[in-house]
Amino acid sequence: MSSWLDYTINGLIVGNVYALVAVGLALIFGVSRLINFAQGSIYLVGAYIGWVAVVRLHTPLPLTIIVVAAAAAVVGLIIERFGLRPLQNSVRIAPLLATIGISFVLDQLVMLTFSPNPRALPSQLPDVRFQLGGGTIGPLDLLIAGVGLTSALLLFVFLRYTKLGWAVRATAQDRDAAMQMGVDVNRVNQAVFGIAAALGGVSGMLVGMYYNQIDTAMSLQATLKGVVAEVVGGAGNVPGAVIGSLLLGLVESYGVAILGTSYRNLFAFLLLVVVLVLRPNGLFVSARQAPPEPLTGTFVAPSRPVHIPRLVLLVAVAGFALLPLFPVSFYVLQTLINAWLLGMLALSLTLVAGTMGQVSLGHAALLAIGAYTSALLSLTLAVPTGLAVIGGGLMSAALGTLLISPSFRLRGHYVSIATLAIGEIVSLVILNWESVTRGPIGISGIPPLSLFGYDLISPSSVYWFSLAVMVVLALLQGRLLSSHLGRSFRAIRDDDIAARAYGLSLNRYKSLAFIFGGFAAGISGGIAAHLYSYINHETFNTQQSILALTVVILGGLGNVVGAIAGSVALVGLPELFRIAAEYRILIYGIVLLLLVRFRPQGLLGTI
Amino acid sequence: MADQHAPMLSLRGLTRRFGGLTAVDAIDLDLGKGELISIIGPNGAGKTTLFNLVTGLDRPDDGAVRFEGQDITGLSPERLAAEGIARTFQLGRVFGNLSVMDNVLIGAHTRLRAVKPAMAVIGPLLELGLALLRPAGVRAEEERLREEVKAILARFGERLLPRIDQPAYSLSYANRRRVEIARALALKPRLLLLDEPTAGMNPTETAEMQALVAELKAEGLTILLIEHKLEMVMRLSDRVIVMDEGRKIAEGPGEEVRTDPKVIEAYLGHGLSGTTEQESAA
Repeated sequence: MSSWLDYTINGLIVGNVYALVAVGLALIFGVSRLINFAQGSIYLVGAYIGWVAVVRLHTPLPLTIIVVAAAAAVVGLIIERFGLRPLQNSVRIAPLLATIGISFVLDQLVMLTFSPNPRALPSQLPDVRFQLGGGTIGPLDLLIAGVGLTSALLLFVFLRYTKLGWAVRATAQDRDAAMQMGVDVNRVNQAVFGIAAALGGVSGMLVGMYYNQIDTAMSLQATLKGVVAEVVGGAGNVPGAVIGSLLLGLVESYGVAILGTSYRNLFAFLLLVVVLVLRPNGLFVSARQAPPEPLTGTFVAPSRPVHIPRLVLLVAVAGFALLPLFPVSFYVLQTLINAWLLGMLALSLTLVAGTMGQVSLGHAALLAIGAYTSALLSLTLAVPTGLAVIGGGLMSAALGTLLISPSFRLRGHYVSIATLAIGEIVSLVILNWESVTRGPIGISGIPPLSLFGYDLISPSSVYWFSLAVMVVLALLQGRLLSSHLGRSFRAIRDDDIAARAYGLSLNRYKSLAFIFGGFAAGISGGIAAHLYSYINHETFNTQQSILALTVVILGGLGNVVGAIAGSVALVGLPELFRIAAEYRILIYGIVLLLLVRFRPQGLLGTI
Repeated sequence: MADQHAPMLSLRGLTRRFGGLTAVDAIDLDLGKGELISIIGPNGAGKTTLFNLVTGLDRPDDGAVRFEGQDITGLSPERLAAEGIARTFQLGRVFGNLSVMDNVLIGAHTRLRAVKPAMAVIGPLLELGLALLRPAGVRAEEERLREEVKAILARFGERLLPRIDQPAYSLSYANRRRVEIARALALKPRLLLLDEPTAGMNPTETAEMQALVAELKAEGLTILLIEHKLEMVMRLSDRVIVMDEGRKIAEGPGEEVRTDPKVIEAYLGHGLSGTTEQESAA
């Protein structure tokens, strides 16, 4: 491809694919005010069903499309019926967490069934290209455009001329009024999830054919792109989602034309951040619209935290501190060191997501920032590792807060998107900024931890060091929670409108929460870098973010002791039962789903 | 400081449109220091929207809000809280997971001095540091505010004091309304906006609330009140403003307003005549 026309065509075609995902997201958001984080997983499932149909069953193309759409719709219906409907009267955070959990379960099931290796998905169409002005267009481009236009037309007819379509629109406008007028909201939800899933599945299949490759990483990418397009068009706005998608496709395509393929995602996320900052309600809705009402429900599950006597905590800490003096295996210490490192991350996340109500899905990025800063400080500037780790914490606090700040004026679900996107941006920057981060090669030979000139090399010294750091961070966080900041954070989480009416600046307190939380996460990443001695852009990945989130929900949102107990449980139990690594994410996802459904306040209760 | 006779709060041509609907339509209002004005009107008349415009939660399309002579149109709610404007919410917006004590302490947030040094840029970082280190000055301030909260809660008799450490979500509906009012008082407001403080309260509770509002008025607090219970409105108000479909349709002393034909029509004869019958029966 060479001409601008080619880039334009490519942008519009990719935009069409995004539109199929984004329209589904917009429909779902319209009727249930929920950003469906599992949309990308359905897209993934669609791609793999397409692969089975084409490669194994040798179905003709029209049948392939029908099979994929039908199978994906069934997945969507199952998600709606068993994942979300039971949570209808639950707290606002519950469905958000549920779709995140579902997404991980689906992705892992696909990965376990088909292996994580990429597969080819042939398009079944003749490989010719037609001249069109100065560019060319292939049959697959036409197919994608055709599917996009046909779906848009069908959706328009459905929403405009069928009874169920009216019900969908009525529910989107005013759910309570629609229910009072006898609209069966469950049927509306079913319809919307079915349609969204069918469109998402077909989209995944088409993308697989377009690039002739499918792999399990597609899921997260699709969710992100679909959400970006939807947010650009205005959440819940179906035509807006289409326009947002085409715009996103074009921006990416021109961006690739100027800077190269590895920058594709960067353009997508920059578009997202620009829109979030300038027009948080999307391109077509004025930013100064009144905040959505009503917000009478609470964000987190109300509960009384389980009171744990100070003495018990003291004994527990002392017990763990004395452990290395007993003949325990290296393996046990290693496992617990991992638990302490995860504990620091969980402390950070429980503050940000639990106390402050900003459910961050990109928390691993804070680890990465801390790890790279500490590693580079000690390697290139020969800073003692003890200080370098603190430098990593400070850098995570500063940079993390700066990066996340565009999302401060947004509510619940948007924060999760923004943090997810920021996580991606950080790993893209690490990958591409080779002069500093050494790009894909990673950083090796990171010196071991040292304290006042003594190297911490023996397992027990590392164990004590990480335990001590975690305990200090936990004590600090406990002190923070008992101060006026603790109640200010929690007030903003419970009702940001009332909090503002009493003089609490959202920017100020969200920043402070991210500064404090970023520091703890950065410290954890910094220590990890010196323990591993080698890191690259994949060392700190979404798996850790999700693990930390599961820990936080397990322990109880905002609960300091819960975060640590949850870390020990989720690191220790899989080791105890020798669960293979590839099944762990699946289990975290299932644990998350079960908690959201049956014990949303976690084991030790929300604080 | 503004002239003593100048109104504390003055609205001029305040207008807010939602699409084709004009929720608040060219409202003028002058509220003197120490005065209590009630706003009445049928549901959907635009009373709460008017409150939102005054407290910065929504911005007017037209018109101006002046507070103590200063133009405050379109300022953020945070700024207005710092200026001394406190409000309660119609639907009762307490912080569900916070204790009664913490809820009311949030009301005093704008008055924190020791822990919140007024410095640009580094102010927030100092606030974090001071919250963690808690030097004597910060501890003393917190202690003083806690004592103050107890004094405010004591105004509600034994309703809230025994529940001071309970989370707000566990309180009865009436007690949540009381917590809201306590929270507003903790701000030491110069202007207090009460949005249906007695909604959902039984006659005894309503009478208690009425006595409290009368007490606040007697202490010199300037109050803007939205209320449906007309008996309370008539007893407390210096003046009454009647809104219907966003417009002000009547203004004046309570007795004058309740006999105004336009007002009776706005209520379709139900509200006012119904209350009158009840009162004459009593």
